[in-house]
Amino acid sequence: MYSEKVMDHFKNPRNVGEVKDYHGKGEMGSTRCGDTMVLTIKVGEGEVIEDVKFQTFGCAAAIASSSMMTEMVLGKTIQEALAMTNNHVAEALGGLPAPKMHCSNLAADALHKAIEDYLKRKEAAAS
Amino acid sequence: MRKVYMDNGATTQVDEQVLEAMLPFYRELFGNPSSLHSFGREVKKALEEAREKAALAINARPEEIYFTSGGTEADNLAVQGVARALKKKGNHIITSAVEHHAVLDVCKAMEEEGFKVTFLPVDEYGMVSPEAFREAVTEETILASIMLANNEVGTLQPIEEISAITREKGIVLHTDAVQAIGNIPVDVGQLGVDLLSLAAHKFNGPKGVGALYVRRGTQVNKVTYGGGQEKKVRPGTENIPGIVGLGKAIELATADVPGKAAHLTFLRDKLIQGLMKIGDVKLNGHPEKRLPGNANLSFAFVEGESLLLSLDMKGVAASSGSACTSGSLEPSHVLLAMGMPHETAHGSLRFSLGKYNTEEDVDYVLEVLPEIVERLRSMSPVARRGKQG
Repeated sequence: MYSEKVMDHFKNPRNVGEVKDYHGKGEMGSTRCGDTMVLTIKVGEGEVIEDVKFQTFGCAAAIASSSMMTEMVLGKTIQEALAMTNNHVAEALGGLPAPKMHCSNLAADALHKAIEDYLKRKEAAAS
Repeated sequence: MRKVYMDNGATTQVDEQVLEAMLPFYRELFGNPSSLHSFGREVKKALEEAREKAALAINARPEEIYFTSGGTEADNLAVQGVARALKKKGNHIITSAVEHHAVLDVCKAMEEEGFKVTFLPVDEYGMVSPEAFREAVTEETILASIMLANNEVGTLQPIEEISAITREKGIVLHTDAVQAIGNIPVDVGQLGVDLLSLAAHKFNGPKGVGALYVRRGTQVNKVTYGGGQEKKVRPGTENIPGIVGLGKAIELATADVPGKAAHLTFLRDKLIQGLMKIGDVKLNGHPEKRLPGNANLSFAFVEGESLLLSLDMKGVAASSGSACTSGSLEPSHVLLAMGMPHETAHGSLRFSLGKYNTEEDVDYVLEVLPEIVERLRSMSPVARRGKQG
């Protein structure tokens, strides 16, 4: 049912936890299936995401999507990260079964929320 | 890697003796029981012997047993067949919210045919109240279908109390006993039911064969049209190897029900007690009135499919009522009917023990599952918040 990539990320999830002194935090819950994800990021020079960690309550697809997404955005600028969609995450995982596509929404949405949070904090600090 | 099968509620391993009994009917005994010649006559004899075995196992008469393709077909035949046969008498059917889909969805289909259906709610243990049943009865009630033992949480329904009501009111009572045969005593006289469904693969028999018990004098319209087999109620050339297998399997499964139940209860209780030590674990279903082999537990802050896959990696087979395993995004209708919040239903795991399980199997699960739960909880944002709150 799941690709090898999904099972690999489920068995050995990358970047689990919470970034210490994070710059942005995004929380996303799926009202449809109850899955929840919390993502924290640290943004360095040149608006590059230099650290990212996740915590997820959910099925294998949700955990693997979270893990894959953190791997994909690490080292990317926030502009590049904002362009990332749930489809990119699902594709990178070698596809997800149709009923599980919404699980990858969680990852991309939480990422975008974390970036929004970072930008808000930055704006608040500047003013 | 050690392999532990604890999904006997899904299906069971065919008993070697059952397979041995079936094999000749795939080889030299290939005749059609409807044929007059010797090839037909010898299998006809085997067919009737299997019918006698099935009847004996549930204290019925052989002529009250109708072989089907399984539990689902038996349920369909019972509900559709009786409802249509009694249409002139009334149009109301009573069932419960925790039935298997083979009953629940048939009842929903009957609504489209113009029948009115009451889906009785259940309590937190998944049990139907006989009082609520009595209150649901109307002048129009012709049929009730209440399962004997729930497939997900193992709760045993008070069928004897319900049949006292249906007999008093002249209502036909069907019970889905698919999970019960071989695990608890099943006696159609004592239960007071008019129809009862069973499936061979749940008691170490083959898949694709089941039976419907129909009390003498109970009207059932056919659902399938064809030849004269099974007294024209269920036409189609009989699945002889399967039926022979069912006969052998039910004979073995009911030879010592108290003995098997004691074995399963011991394993189940050891499993439940061991898993409860993990913490934030809840037993689903009735603490006592439950199938001897059923342990259904909810693990807070983790999701069922993640648990199942992690167990599978350790060689352990179980099942879950989580939405993520249903393909529908909705958690189990049984757990929701019991009033369980979505998040608890998500973390549910069902272990269903069978006769081949050993104490070593239970010990192995108790060894591997705590680590799995801890790993998943360490990843879960919900767990952190739960601990803080």
